[in-house]
Amino acid sequence: MKWDWSAVSGFLPHLWDGLLVTLQILALGSLISFALGLVWALLMRVPSRWVTWPVGVVTEFVRNTPLLVQLFFLFYVLPEWGLTFSALTTGVFAIGLHYSTYTMQVYRAGIEAVPVGQWEAATALNLPLRRTWTAVILPQAVRRVVPALGNYVISMLKDTPMVMAITVLEMLGQARLYSQEHFQFTEPLTVIGVAFIVISYLASLALRALERRLAH
Amino acid sequence: MPTDTLPNPGTDPEKTPARGTGELIRLEQVTKRFGSNTVLDHLDFSVDAGKHVTLIGPSGSGKTTILRLLMTLLKPDEGTITVDGQQLFPASDKQVREVRKKIGMVFQQFNLFPNMTVLRNITEAPVTVLGLSKDEAVERAKGLLDLVGLADKCDAHPAQLSGGQQQRVAIARALAMRPQVLLLDEVTSALDPELVAGVLDVLRDIARSTDITMLCVTHEMNFARDISDRVLMFDHGRIIESGTPEKIFSDPELDRTREFLSAVL
Ligand SMILES: Nc1ncnc2c1ncn2[C@@H]1O[C@H](COP(=O)(O)OP(=O)(O)OP(=O)(O)O)[C@@H](O)[C@H]1O
Ligand SMILES: [Mg+2]
Repeated sequence: MKWDWSAVSGFLPHLWDGLLVTLQILALGSLISFALGLVWALLMRVPSRWVTWPVGVVTEFVRNTPLLVQLFFLFYVLPEWGLTFSALTTGVFAIGLHYSTYTMQVYRAGIEAVPVGQWEAATALNLPLRRTWTAVILPQAVRRVVPALGNYVISMLKDTPMVMAITVLEMLGQARLYSQEHFQFTEPLTVIGVAFIVISYLASLALRALERRLAH
Repeated sequence: MPTDTLPNPGTDPEKTPARGTGELIRLEQVTKRFGSNTVLDHLDFSVDAGKHVTLIGPSGSGKTTILRLLMTLLKPDEGTITVDGQQLFPASDKQVREVRKKIGMVFQQFNLFPNMTVLRNITEAPVTVLGLSKDEAVERAKGLLDLVGLADKCDAHPAQLSGGQQQRVAIARALAMRPQVLLLDEVTSALDPELVAGVLDVLRDIARSTDITMLCVTHEMNFARDISDRVLMFDHGRIIESGTPEKIFSDPELDRTREFLSAVL
């Protein structure tokens, strides 16, 4: 087997196309999972079973079924109900939803880790419940969970190729397409492997910088 | 006593508690249990406005529980609690919020908000709860930081302060709400010995220069002697002896009190 640099340079334009899609999925998927996970975590604290029970069941279900199944479901079943989205939108939403069921657990742990004395001080100062959450509890909880959330971003990156199953061409999709057209597999696959490592390395650097900023 | 309306202090035939005089806090037949452990047993007591009352007694005798009931961090199982003529228990949430404005608390572990600067710790509640403008709240906070000797620490975060400094900020934070009652639960117990005096000096100053009512749990007997009008000796959720500090510390009636004092002094 011979390494062919011309295959690398031939693939590079496709790599950029795929990279753009991968980064879009990662960025938007992360935002959705951060926001939705927080919503789930807060809903689970509402003192009513009419709220916690359905939220618990749905998130448990999403967390314990394969992402691939969810992708297919959203892509093929939703249109039958009259809801049609682009493949990319569906992919971003499915990944964001799936990971929100993990981030909700991270938030829960972060919220529970805020000392009870903080709640008591807020009560003693007569702060309204909403203000206690937004000004006291969540800022402390979120600061604690940034490292754990960051780890899920890296996991999510490694799950992005799954959207290939619903026709979205991210990096792996582009590599496969190129390979099949040119019968050159080694170079494109190696290139995207390196690209994945570089992205997760950069992401972890950004994460550590963020952690350091939050530590002050 | 009606439980769903606020008694009007002006027309209440039994008592007319005006601010600054008369009875401010009243507990009647208050019982608190944790599971099968009865911590307070049909407790009655009252505190007059402007007085400084110290609660002493062995560990587990229920001192903290009383302060936490008054701060509405706990609910009693039976009995009534009244503050400034308004019922705190039983009461609606809205009533509780109203009465809670009259009460401030300083905790053993300070409980400052670590995500806020010192200044923000103090201005947060006056702005969001009392509706002060930001400028008014800052002015008030700076005055209080001056009082507790930390005028230069406005922009510090709690983690950058010593325990003693944090506790003085916590005192300023409680006072910023202009409460009628200040609850102090072993506020120097978590401090290194050399930092205790600074906090107690601040509290002595407040006791001397304001008309705030103080309920204080402490093991600092000299401090208690200095500031108290009355000392209550607790044992097993009951007040077994009470009197002036001179009386309790020098010539207690009960052997139980004598034993306790000789153990802590
Ligand atoms: N949240 C709780 N759950 C169960 N039991 C509790 C709780 N809080 C207090 N107790 C019990 O209530 C009793 C009285 O406690 P409290 O804290 O009022 O005592 P204290 O007089 O303040 O004692 P110390 O001097 O040790 O602070 C103790 O037996 C304690 O174990
Ligand atoms: Mg105690």
